[in-house]
Formats: sequence, structure tokens, C-alpha cells
Amino acid sequence: MERTAVRRRLSWQVATVADVRRETATARTIVLDVPEWPGHLAGQHLDVRLTADDGYRASRSYSIASAWSGGQIELTVEEVEDGEVSPYLVEVLKPGDPLELRGPVGGWFVWRPEQEGPVQLIGGGSGVVPLRAILRAHAEAASTTPVRLLYSVRRPTSVIYVDDLKELASSDHVDVRLVYTREAPDGEPRVGRIDAELIDQLAFTPADEPTTYVCGPTPFVEAVADLLVAAGHDPARVRTERFGPTGGPQ
Amino acid sequence: MTTYLDGNAAAGKLSEIFAVDITAAVTRCDGCGQTGVFAETRLYLDAPGMVARCPGCDHVLLRVVTTSSETYVDLRGLTYLRLPTP
Repeated sequence: MERTAVRRRLSWQVATVADVRRETATARTIVLDVPEWPGHLAGQHLDVRLTADDGYRASRSYSIASAWSGGQIELTVEEVEDGEVSPYLVEVLKPGDPLELRGPVGGWFVWRPEQEGPVQLIGGGSGVVPLRAILRAHAEAASTTPVRLLYSVRRPTSVIYVDDLKELASSDHVDVRLVYTREAPDGEPRVGRIDAELIDQLAFTPADEPTTYVCGPTPFVEAVADLLVAAGHDPARVRTERFGPTGGPQ
Repeated sequence: MTTYLDGNAAAGKLSEIFAVDITAAVTRCDGCGQTGVFAETRLYLDAPGMVARCPGCDHVLLRVVTTSSETYVDLRGLTYLRLPTP
């Protein structure tokens, strides 16, 4: 079991947007200055709260996209059609704006550099966000732990962190594979979802005793987790994080 | 079908109530006896309040309902929560 530290009570605080970066047509990375950020583990998330002029509040949970090395933190938000929170974060929020948040939270879907064994990351769509934080933490720690990322996207223009993933993949210890479900770039013959054959070819085997992190929409996570268990992986070593249009707790 | 998330998404809300991170705790379902990490439970947010269900038998494990003045925490679906001693 993970360490569970007694901690101070979390309270809402106001961060300031330092920068925004467009990742895809529907996703944006928001760089934040957070005055009282205690640091976080790769894979943790935070809650964002918006308050309307009439006092109506909506909050959502977002994975942190960056590793902690002091200074700023990054969120990457995918716009949910008719969403209450994400359209504002993706289309409206600009540098200098305040943003209310609390965190970090979540002690299960996390990777620590001192953790033993290889790391298998499997992300669908913006489910790659906490996996990118794990890759960044791996790079920051100059870890020699072997890491593989399988990243399922609809088409080449859906890829978040294109340049960053290229840089991360240049490490001898990191392997990044993109899986295209609708449309592949030239030279990539395979179009289709992650299946048993692909897991067999590209993922660590049960004998490697990896810790596997799967993040994406609920149907993606369940399909991949089922494939892993069918391939002989210990369910206790498969950590999952689902997200959906309902977002986090209100 | 109602969509659900998982126990990870309850971390912020539960931090308002508990002094330790419940999402990394092991839970035992009072319905079927299955044990697992709270983060892997099924979380429904479109009910009044927040409801966590057992991934094995769909039994309600935990409910949290917040009104303007009070928060109700219903833990009757859990036989136990297992946490490391701090």
C-alpha cells in the first residue's frame, strides 16, 4: 500500500495564470503560479473551482501535467462540449487571470522515482496528461527505470505534447509509441484501437513485473485493463484513472 | 447508461472530511467482501452528492452529501478502511 501521510487540511487558494499554450484544436496547457504550492507527486491532480457572478460554483478535478521542481505547475485541459468549466479554461482564461484551486490530491495514481520495477504507461486522448507528468518526473530524477508509453490518439493532429514527447523519447530509458485509431500519418500502416496483439508486442510482459498506469475515458480504461489482466498481468499492479464529461466532485 | 469515474476523483472532496488520503486506502465491500483500493471504486457524481460503488458487485460503499450548512458522510457500505499507521 502507498504511504498515506497525515497532512494539513487543504484549502482553496488563488493561482495566477502565467502562460497558456495551445496543444491541439481542443486542448490547452495552462501554466500557473501558485503562491502556496507544497509540491506534488507525478500523477496527482487538483481541483479547479469557478464562481459565477451570481455565486454559482462548479468545480472539476484535473491531472497535473508537470513534474514538481519548484516554481510553476501546468494543467492541460481538453474542452468538453457543453462543459461548465473546461470551455472557460480552454477558450477564455488568459495570462494574468486568477484561478481558484486546491491540491495536490490523490495518492494512488502516482509514481515515485524510488519505486522499483519498470513502468508501463497507457493513455487514451487527454489521459496522457498525468502520464506526461510521470515522464517529466522520470527525466527530472535522471531515473534509469525503463518506461514505455503507449498513447492512443484519433489522428496525428490529436497528439498533445508533440515536441515534449519527442524530447522525452530521446532517452535510452524511455520508449514512446503512438497508436492511431482513426487516421495514421504516412508510413504508419496500423489504424485501430489498442488490442491484445499490440499489448503483446509493445508492452512490458507480466514477467517484467511492471507497474502499469492506464488513464483515459472510462471505456478506454476498462478495455485496456481487461486486456492487461487477460494477458496475465497482476490486477494489483495495474493502476487506473478514468475521466469523463462529468468531471470532478461539485 | 450513467457514466462513472473512479475513486481518484473523490480525493479533493474527501480531503474536506478526512485528515489522511482515503483514495489510497484499501476498502472492503460490506456487500460482497471484495477488497480493493478506494481509487479503483466507481464514482458517480450525478447523483445528489457523491456515491462510490464496489466495482465487483455495485454495492454502495460511501455517500457524501453536502448541504449549505452540513456534510453527511454515509460509510455503511464499507466493512473497513485499511490505512498505513502514520
